[in-house]
Amino acid sequence: MNEGWLALTQQALSLLFSLDPEVWSIISVSFSVSFAALMITLLPSMVLGFILAFSRFRGRWLVTNLIQTLQSIPTVVIGLLVYLLLTRMGPLGDLKWLFTQKGMILGQMMICAPVLIAMSQAAFTSVDRRAWETSRTLGAPWYSAIWAVCRELKVPLLLAIIAAFSRILTEVGCSMMVGGNIAGVTRNIPTAIALETSKGDFAQAIALGLVLLVLALVLNFALGTLRGKAEPRSH
Amino acid sequence: MLNLKRVIGLAVTAALFIGMPVQANEVIKLATTTSTENSGLLKNLLPTFEAQSGYKVQVIATGTGKALKLARQGDVDVVMTHAPAAEAKFVSEGYGRLPRGIMENDFVILGPKNDPANIRSSESAEAAFAKIAKSATPFISRGDNSGTNMKELILWGKANVKPEFDGYTSVGQGMGKTLLMANELQGYTLSDRGTFVAYSGKIGLAVDFDGGQALANPYQIMLINADKYPDLNHKGAKALSDWLIGAQAQGMINNYKVQGEQLFKATYSE
Repeated sequence: MNEGWLALTQQALSLLFSLDPEVWSIISVSFSVSFAALMITLLPSMVLGFILAFSRFRGRWLVTNLIQTLQSIPTVVIGLLVYLLLTRMGPLGDLKWLFTQKGMILGQMMICAPVLIAMSQAAFTSVDRRAWETSRTLGAPWYSAIWAVCRELKVPLLLAIIAAFSRILTEVGCSMMVGGNIAGVTRNIPTAIALETSKGDFAQAIALGLVLLVLALVLNFALGTLRGKAEPRSH
Repeated sequence: MLNLKRVIGLAVTAALFIGMPVQANEVIKLATTTSTENSGLLKNLLPTFEAQSGYKVQVIATGTGKALKLARQGDVDVVMTHAPAAEAKFVSEGYGRLPRGIMENDFVILGPKNDPANIRSSESAEAAFAKIAKSATPFISRGDNSGTNMKELILWGKANVKPEFDGYTSVGQGMGKTLLMANELQGYTLSDRGTFVAYSGKIGLAVDFDGGQALANPYQIMLINADKYPDLNHKGAKALSDWLIGAQAQGMINNYKVQGEQLFKATYSE
């Protein structure tokens, strides 16, 4: 290696702090796509998780297990599925979404939905059902009763959201296949790291890796603080 | 509790069996481009060389940019690429030596079958590029620093076009993936003929422009400066280079066909 680690890291930091437009465009694509996917999926997934936790219907066990399984499907398989849906010959070919941000969002929605549903279901299952029943008998409408339960479950639900977000923010398989890594349009942090490494240019890859690392640290600290606050207080 | 001694003994024996290393100086590490690997040419040539010489060639197939970088860093023994300007720099800066042109193929400008930018009537490759830039059709660029990507950027330069126009789409992928994307988006792209022939069954693109010196694509094999990296397998690298310019290999290159088409033309001349 004629480029030392230190020199590379220095280049990486200067890319970040000199507000290199290319690097920041990649970061903003990553965040806007993943954030959109999360926001669209969030409410329906939580409602589904709630229904699975609180209602008893035939086939509930099957649905629960199916979603548990979907959580661990490799992202490249989801990528393949979305690719086949969106390709010119595919059933949704007319949308012309392949190699666009919309296509990426669709793929990421499919990746984060099972995580959100399964984790929120686990959270809702853990809560005392009486909170729900009490507010219902007091005449609260169903949505404010759900809100009451959600407030109770702030920490586990936030955990679910953060887990889902970090999964889609860091996945490379689906973004590469469906987005196509187009500069300035669908090139996000993970696909850019893959490309720069294949070109043998490590400075930008390290800069982007650092962004993900810092984000992971921030999220973990935030969670730690949340958990600390949620510890049962002694009366 | 497992008997630790026995486990270690077993592990060592297993390691010896698995890791029976080939004599280090029998392995030649060759960094080359994806086009020579994807087209199947190397799989066709190398077994004969290995049988005759007793060397074992390990191929690292990547873009031209990275292949030259690996050679600069002394991570490989020998390098075969197709970007004359970058290769000249590699030799003049004292990293490479004994560059030999062994073969060439050509680049083609692919596009939708109905040729929306009407480039078939162009008199030169750069004129075709200028037309594409003016039309509303997308142009899909490899954007991965490969030999093909370097050639494409040279053509934009010749056409006096900044590759920043509306339809310009830089995808940072290998040749095959780029062809599939160009097919999906029904845009133009620059490809080596070999990969296009290999993919022609999968895509609905046509050669809208080819021919001319501007689209020639020569391949060179280069040895690595022994003063900089004395511990590489220079003997093996030289043997491979010598074999590739010999009559037998040159004949094999000319006779190599995919789907009935000759992909490479042997070009070595003293």
